[in-house]
Amino acid sequence: MIDLNVNEYVKPDSLRVAYDVLISDSKNQIIGGGAWIKMASNKEINTLIDLSNLNLNKITSTDLEFKIGAYVSLHELERFEELNKYYDGIIRQAIKEIMGVGIRNLATVGGSIMGKFSFSDLYGVLIAVDASLEFYQQGIISVREFLENKRFDKDILLHVIIPKKKAKGFFKKVKTTALDFAILNVCVVKDGRFEIVIGARPGIATRAVRTSEFLDGKDIDDKVIEEALDILEEEIKFSKNAKASKEYRSDLALVYVKRGIKEVIK
Amino acid sequence: MKVHLTINGYKKEFHVEVGEFLLDTLRNHNYTSVKKGCDSTTCGVCTVLLDGKPVPSCSLLTVKADGHEITTVEGISKEASDLSEHFGHEGADQCGYCNPSLALNVHALKNEIRDPNDEDIKEYLVGNLCRCTGYEAQHKAIKSYLEEEK
Repeated sequence: MIDLNVNEYVKPDSLRVAYDVLISDSKNQIIGGGAWIKMASNKEINTLIDLSNLNLNKITSTDLEFKIGAYVSLHELERFEELNKYYDGIIRQAIKEIMGVGIRNLATVGGSIMGKFSFSDLYGVLIAVDASLEFYQQGIISVREFLENKRFDKDILLHVIIPKKKAKGFFKKVKTTALDFAILNVCVVKDGRFEIVIGARPGIATRAVRTSEFLDGKDIDDKVIEEALDILEEEIKFSKNAKASKEYRSDLALVYVKRGIKEVIK
Repeated sequence: MKVHLTINGYKKEFHVEVGEFLLDTLRNHNYTSVKKGCDSTTCGVCTVLLDGKPVPSCSLLTVKADGHEITTVEGISKEASDLSEHFGHEGADQCGYCNPSLALNVHALKNEIRDPNDEDIKEYLVGNLCRCTGYEAQHKAIKSYLEEEK
């Protein structure tokens, strides 16, 4: 039996109270869906803060964007049909390959983001579509900025904001079994400009900025793609872990970025 | 900590540690149809329905389920029995350890996806591991059950 070492569990009725509890002790933390909490079983937690009472489980849609509450489950987001009309449905595609439905019913969008899991399939697409995050104290920042910054770790994520763009999109997760984490994931989006993001390298998802910029404004043919892949190989750092070697990841990335580019220029 | 759950329609009160998971709470109180498998969110045999949605009880803190409805296979006994007929007909049963969770997932699938195709069924049940059957017979049984339920 695995039990967590947790002293207290609170369900605040206001963001103010939740935030005060969060910052009052470095061992206090917010629980999202709790799907990954077993990973923290060796961690001492003083108070777990459950935000279920704070109305963060809604998805709203305006002309310009989707606003997704941090407590929306991954499966709810996956089943939100309107989202599929954008980016060729790659957000749904990325989510539906995350383990089974049961876990996706537990796991929240907010928990998946705040966990900063390097194997995350969600990060790649959120970075590629230039999603933003709304925090209680620090306001709205891009996912890209969030990943480069630790100052949001003691803030409360309220919403994920996804701009509505009729962009072309490609997503590929490489895994050994249906339930496994990614060996690598690749996301390519084209909305006028290219955006290529590689995740589970096994480091956290990162943008291939130089590669994307090289492709921008060019007539894409096989020669241009090969030149872009040379830049990608130089630009993105891969490494090995128990799942795959550095070389295998690099080879996979070159193949799937090539397919991704061809897909989004159709 | 005091926790109130409605299990299969009956209101229950439990005293649990904050770090206790629902799987252990249920099994400690004789809901033994909820099986313990990998205990790490992978195999799916600990599945229960939380407000009608399948979740792995090994990864859900009992305190987080406070105030919610939990359904185990006993809560859908008629459906489980009907599904079991199809399993028998297709030879989809072997050790049976994964059957309660599979029945709950099929119940949820039926409620969530109208007229699911082969791919929908496979995708929905991917988190339900079975080490005996190889899935083909299960798939046929579930498909014929869903056809009959239309």
